[in-house]
Amino acid sequence: MSSSLNPVDYIGRTREQYSALGYEAYHWAERPDTPPWVPLNKSLEESRILLLGSGGAYQRGQVAFHWKDDTGLRLIPSDQPATDVRVTHFAYDLEPARSDPNIVFPLDRLNELVEEGFIKALTPHSLAFMGGIYSIRRTEEELIPAIVSEINTMETEIDLALLVPV
Amino acid sequence: MGLVARALEEIGIPTLVLTAAHSITKSVNPPRAAYVDMPLGYTAGKPHDKEFQKQLLRNTLILGTAIQTPGTIVDTGVRWSEDSSWKEAASSGLNNGVVSAEGDTRSERINTPQYQSEEDRKAAEG
Repeated sequence: MSSSLNPVDYIGRTREQYSALGYEAYHWAERPDTPPWVPLNKSLEESRILLLGSGGAYQRGQVAFHWKDDTGLRLIPSDQPATDVRVTHFAYDLEPARSDPNIVFPLDRLNELVEEGFIKALTPHSLAFMGGIYSIRRTEEELIPAIVSEINTMETEIDLALLVPV
Repeated sequence: MGLVARALEEIGIPTLVLTAAHSITKSVNPPRAAYVDMPLGYTAGKPHDKEFQKQLLRNTLILGTAIQTPGTIVDTGVRWSEDSSWKEAASSGLNNGVVSAEGDTRSERINTPQYQSEEDRKAAEG
């Protein structure tokens, strides 16, 4: 990382802000162990990618997420334009993402990279959910099993999962 | 997102997490992550700037898939701006960079579906 790079310390800021507001300290997930690791065995141009976004995307006609620890999952057809994707979330400014959903759920750009041959394909469906689930337990016991179950029903091989949070 | 990435690797799927929140990603420590120096809410680029968005994804995919050591966060080189003054007022989803007792700008966490528009509600609920 370049020396000029100075990422915003969101954990530190949130800690200070919670303290100023008199809230109890927020506990971020900490996983200091070596993460699990599956090697990549295909080049990008041979890879089929599964997009997962936690910006609260849903498709017109689907029930929108609610804002209180919604651990639901929405399947978004990958071949539709991102303009048909809606977004809802309680913790970021939605106006820019509603104007161009690609900034949180980059379907159009990924489809263009497929057309260019940069990647091979997207899975027929992409997965959308809403981050800001303030419970590690519910993330692990509700959201993650739902994602795993959905992936297990997908009939195409997945070479890489690309995860896009907000 | 890091917890999801870890769970997917456990079932045999290689993952790559795009992130604009370096400290949060470092804490949860997913196997592969690519950092973009962007405000929250703009993880995958600037609105309506197709070339910026596509270059962000190209950098992310090339550099992220080249990671050899589990737990690496690679810098994509993608920047919101050469001028970093936006970080002073960067929204954390909680405030606008100003620590104060009035600074919680999150929307109320309502437990009913929050549609983008009334028209969406009708399309979903009839």
